[in-house]
Amino acid sequence: MLHLPILRGGVGQGDAPYRSLNVEVLPHVVTGKPVAEVSQANPGLIARDLARSAERRRVLEGLSGRELLAICGRAAKLFVEGELPCGIDGERQSPADYVRQLSSTTGMPEALCRANMAKLEFVFAEMERVLAGLSRGLDPEALDRGFIEEDGRTVSYLAQADSLGIILPSNSPGVHSLWLPSIALKTPVTLKPGSREPWTPLRACQAFLAAGCPPEAVAFYPTSHSGGAEILLGCGRSMLFGDQHTVRPWKNDHRVQLHGPGWSKVLLAADAFSAHDEGAILDVVAESVASNGGRSCVNASGVWVDRAAARGREFAAALAERLAGIEARPLDHPQAALAGFGDRRVAEAMSRMVDQHLATGGAEDLTARYRPVGDRLVEVDGLTYLLPTVVWCDDRNHPLAQTELLFPFVSVVEVDLQSDLDDLPPSLVVSALTDDANLRRRLLGHRSVERLNLGSIPTSRVSWDQPHEGNLFGHLYRQRSFQASA
Amino acid sequence: MIAADAPNPKTADLEAAAAEARDRLDAHVREMVAWHFDEATGSPFWLEWAHGLDFDPKDEIGGYADLVHLGHFQDEWLRGGPVRRWVPKGLAGQPISVFETGGTTGVPKSRVNIEDFRIDYEQFSDSLSDETFPRGGDWLMLGPTGPRRLRLAIEHLAQHRGGVCFFVDLDPRWVNRLVGDGRLRELEAYKDHVISQALTVLRAHDIRCLFTTPKLLEALCQKIDLVKAGIQGIFCGGTEMNAQFHRFAREELVPGVDFVPTYGNTLMGLAHSRPFDPAVGDYSIVYYPPQPRAVIELVDPDDTTRTVGYGETGRVMLTTLTREFFMPRFLERDEAERAEPIPLYPWDGVSDLRLWAPLRETVSVGVY
Repeated sequence: MLHLPILRGGVGQGDAPYRSLNVEVLPHVVTGKPVAEVSQANPGLIARDLARSAERRRVLEGLSGRELLAICGRAAKLFVEGELPCGIDGERQSPADYVRQLSSTTGMPEALCRANMAKLEFVFAEMERVLAGLSRGLDPEALDRGFIEEDGRTVSYLAQADSLGIILPSNSPGVHSLWLPSIALKTPVTLKPGSREPWTPLRACQAFLAAGCPPEAVAFYPTSHSGGAEILLGCGRSMLFGDQHTVRPWKNDHRVQLHGPGWSKVLLAADAFSAHDEGAILDVVAESVASNGGRSCVNASGVWVDRAAARGREFAAALAERLAGIEARPLDHPQAALAGFGDRRVAEAMSRMVDQHLATGGAEDLTARYRPVGDRLVEVDGLTYLLPTVVWCDDRNHPLAQTELLFPFVSVVEVDLQSDLDDLPPSLVVSALTDDANLRRRLLGHRSVERLNLGSIPTSRVSWDQPHEGNLFGHLYRQRSFQASA
Repeated sequence: MIAADAPNPKTADLEAAAAEARDRLDAHVREMVAWHFDEATGSPFWLEWAHGLDFDPKDEIGGYADLVHLGHFQDEWLRGGPVRRWVPKGLAGQPISVFETGGTTGVPKSRVNIEDFRIDYEQFSDSLSDETFPRGGDWLMLGPTGPRRLRLAIEHLAQHRGGVCFFVDLDPRWVNRLVGDGRLRELEAYKDHVISQALTVLRAHDIRCLFTTPKLLEALCQKIDLVKAGIQGIFCGGTEMNAQFHRFAREELVPGVDFVPTYGNTLMGLAHSRPFDPAVGDYSIVYYPPQPRAVIELVDPDDTTRTVGYGETGRVMLTTLTREFFMPRFLERDEAERAEPIPLYPWDGVSDLRLWAPLRETVSVGVY
């Protein structure tokens, strides 16, 4: 059977991939049959390797920023076209293998896997632009020399970590775009892949290595929860993806950048309905909710419609009709747009939770009437899916108006936007359709909003030269005071 | 050369040894039942419990298999007092120790002890190499002391081998609180505090032998090269022990040091692990209980009267049979695969011992 190894970042027992005696089997989401087995790193092995992070960083610092950008460029092509090492016994992985394997253990349709692959290719290939966005145009040479003269001023940045730890989720491969720049920023990565999605981080690592990156640049440790804690404790800086329960213990740790639930929203002010036709607004909201199978933290889970528009319920019904057109299709169907659930019980629990909250009153599943069979939970080719669900809530404090789920699920509520905006809960992305200068200004200063889109921009539309949920450059480097005599 | 249909002498020897061990176990069961259910020697608990039976255990129980008539020992019986109800009348008047198990939830289980821990660890001592656990060598015990048997047992082991034992305590109940509350920074600080004390002892004294847990061994090895520090033998036990840890310890943490994995608990005593053969390089860990003083049987969780086959997974059912403590057919919270007898231990063993699957998501283990 295909066995995915541990990559120890060039330390430990050398460069060779490591086969652990602890193994987890990755099952196929439909058949339950093993697709691969994955070596699991024991926490002590990770801690031991992390003690040598400074060595790893020194190796990466030996390459210039230009060389690292060239590596990223080569890695882009290799990631999408290359036959890259995968299994510990020398098995290689073609792009088609990657898409099939990824889909088979995550339930993400192959079409969406390919779309995410393209996203990652873009970030690899356009790394210079991405870095410029993160560092606001800093010349990469500043990191080579440690300081640089810019506009007559000396600027120096100090690295904050010998390695960036990343605890990854399994929900969508697009998330890997966030850590790729770390290599170009001369900071080795220490990855814990999601239990069902080791494919993308491993392939990204192999693309870097095949493109000429030293092995010290990438460490890949499939591991347990406590192995993940070792990474967070042992890396100077980390990114942690997870639900509220996972991220809570690390909330006050400045070394850990948290990527928890998104609770992303679309705000529709009264003037939006006069400035745009409803079809155009529906396009923005539908894409915000349902792109990438509704699996991303940037997918909208809430729509706030200004009560002054007096269109909330009507709009919600139109959205329900639109989203109800998204069907569950087999994973290899070219138009498949919904991801399946590997564990039927998870889908059942989510659907049951929605129904329980609906039963308490104050909310209605508007999609129900448009579904061909009526049920939210369906099975196609042996795989369980949850169909898009639009819930109308009478009140923004209804539990379903504060819920984010791993499928296209959205609540629509009417609010008094002018007075309720101050109470906007934390939201990773807010897309606000309004030309009201006062509302726009208030949103620009709103601390609960991480990414802000003003205008007809879906929440899921990411601009790669903008920071995401904290700026990676700012996480890895801090500006320091520096003077040098001539 | 042995003909294909001829009996293999090695197999035949092992079968004979296993049969002899079974006979010895049955005789031991009869002896223990006679002791614990005799009005003159038995403990108040068992004598009172036997009054509720419609048979006399001394008549009905002729061997290990007959213990099924007694049902399953319930761990709730050990939570709370009075603990003296467990002291057999035949041992009245002797100094009593009370040892506690985990105690992470509610009232801990307690077991009274008089000489058992000494006997268990003396027997275990016989399995240690004099070369790597030198006689007269001093020990460091780095792990949970407090109300646990380990505190006195490791000291007795050291003394029995002519050494003295230094201690650095780790309180697992506090560790569990920190883990449960998500206070991981404090957990790190506590671990550092424990490890720095161990480093002080190792630098100040001539220590040759170490008892510790897998997690503490990892943490210690991040700070010190134990080989250079003069450690020759490590006796290591805890829930994180598995084949991968065993290999990691031998290959990377303490190469060249004699590494002895163990499985023990307050209720059973101490199991022996199958000796490691570097020529074979099999890191899987197989434990053999200290039979006949204790027996581990792997049973079908849905039908605990059925022993699983060799290589199959079963729930651990533990029976302890000493003059101090009688604990028939207690269902532990662990599972494992049933392993074949070996010449050194000609009775069933268990491999890949781990938390019983249904409990894995609800119980916090491996924190120290």
